[in-house]
Amino acid sequence: MRWLIALAKRYWATIRRPSVHYSLGFLVVGGFIAGIVFWGAFNTALELTNTEAFCTGCHEMRDNVFVELKRTIHYTNRSGVRAKCPDCHVPHDWTDKIARKMQASKEVWAKLFRTIDTREKFVDHRLELAQHEWERMKANDSLECRNCHGADYMDFTRQSPRAAYMHGTYLVGGQRTCIDCHKGIAHQLPDMGVALRSP
Amino acid sequence: MAHPALALRIAIAALALAATPALAQAPRAVDAMRGATPVGDESRPPPLGNVENKDVRRERAYSMQPPTIPHKIDNYQVDLNVNACLGCHSRGRAPVTQAVAVSVSHYMDRDGNFLATISPRRYFCEQCHVPQVDAKPLVGNGFVDVDEILSRPSAPAAKAK
Repeated sequence: MRWLIALAKRYWATIRRPSVHYSLGFLVVGGFIAGIVFWGAFNTALELTNTEAFCTGCHEMRDNVFVELKRTIHYTNRSGVRAKCPDCHVPHDWTDKIARKMQASKEVWAKLFRTIDTREKFVDHRLELAQHEWERMKANDSLECRNCHGADYMDFTRQSPRAAYMHGTYLVGGQRTCIDCHKGIAHQLPDMGVALRSP
Repeated sequence: MAHPALALRIAIAALALAATPALAQAPRAVDAMRGATPVGDESRPPPLGNVENKDVRRERAYSMQPPTIPHKIDNYQVDLNVNACLGCHSRGRAPVTQAVAVSVSHYMDRDGNFLATISPRRYFCEQCHVPQVDAKPLVGNGFVDVDEILSRPSAPAAKAK
């Protein structure tokens, strides 16, 4: 412990000492440029991990959830507007995105230790994984849905009477959020228990 | 010929082959959906119709007819894990969603015993309940509702009076 304090004191002394060789201007401008380069590189690397190509780079995602997405309206539809993995699974705002990315480091751990590297293991974990996403979306009021689907811009007269009633009552009234009813729209559902199988 | 049965079969096959050209030359389409496309060629299917999505219950043609589905059911998952239809039509959800709850008959097994849950033989809704497309029927239909038959003057009930 004592050596650690000594080390810290030595570094602190170095940091406090004025520069001997470099001018103040060089340090300020150089520091500014280095900062831009660092920030650019950091953000580029971050955005690289925020692409569909990155997500489907692992067979766990490519062979399970991505295959299922391909059949849904969020992948293929008449107008060709589609959602990619991070559109729904990563918050768009910077601070929330960083928080989610730090959380995702645990997923790297799971990858290294092959938690879901076979279909059987994936199916075993499916409910738990889905619940994580449902809880996240419930906590942020289905923010990722609302990035595209704004309740204020929904034309209820263009919806079927059933949809208009449900949205008009529960969504606009704030009693429910998107994910409460729209589970399993982009991927297959796990075993939902007896309540959704045969009550 | 060592096997008389085999000989008979060959004779039947030969007869069938001889009869086939006469059928094939007929202008009548073999299959209403294929049209006049020869069997060897791939037919061009008509474009998909739009599923009616009005949410208005349709009349049943006869009392025991499974009601048709008045809404879209695209990508509804019905498998070992989940039955998406029950998300609204289950006994517990129907009051909230105002959907028609599954009938009590669906809780009965083939021997008429009532079960606590939906009978496995009734699990796959789309075996009987289907959405409807606004399309021209492929074949004619002379079906007459039993109510209409009963109300005809020649009906036995009318005669008895």
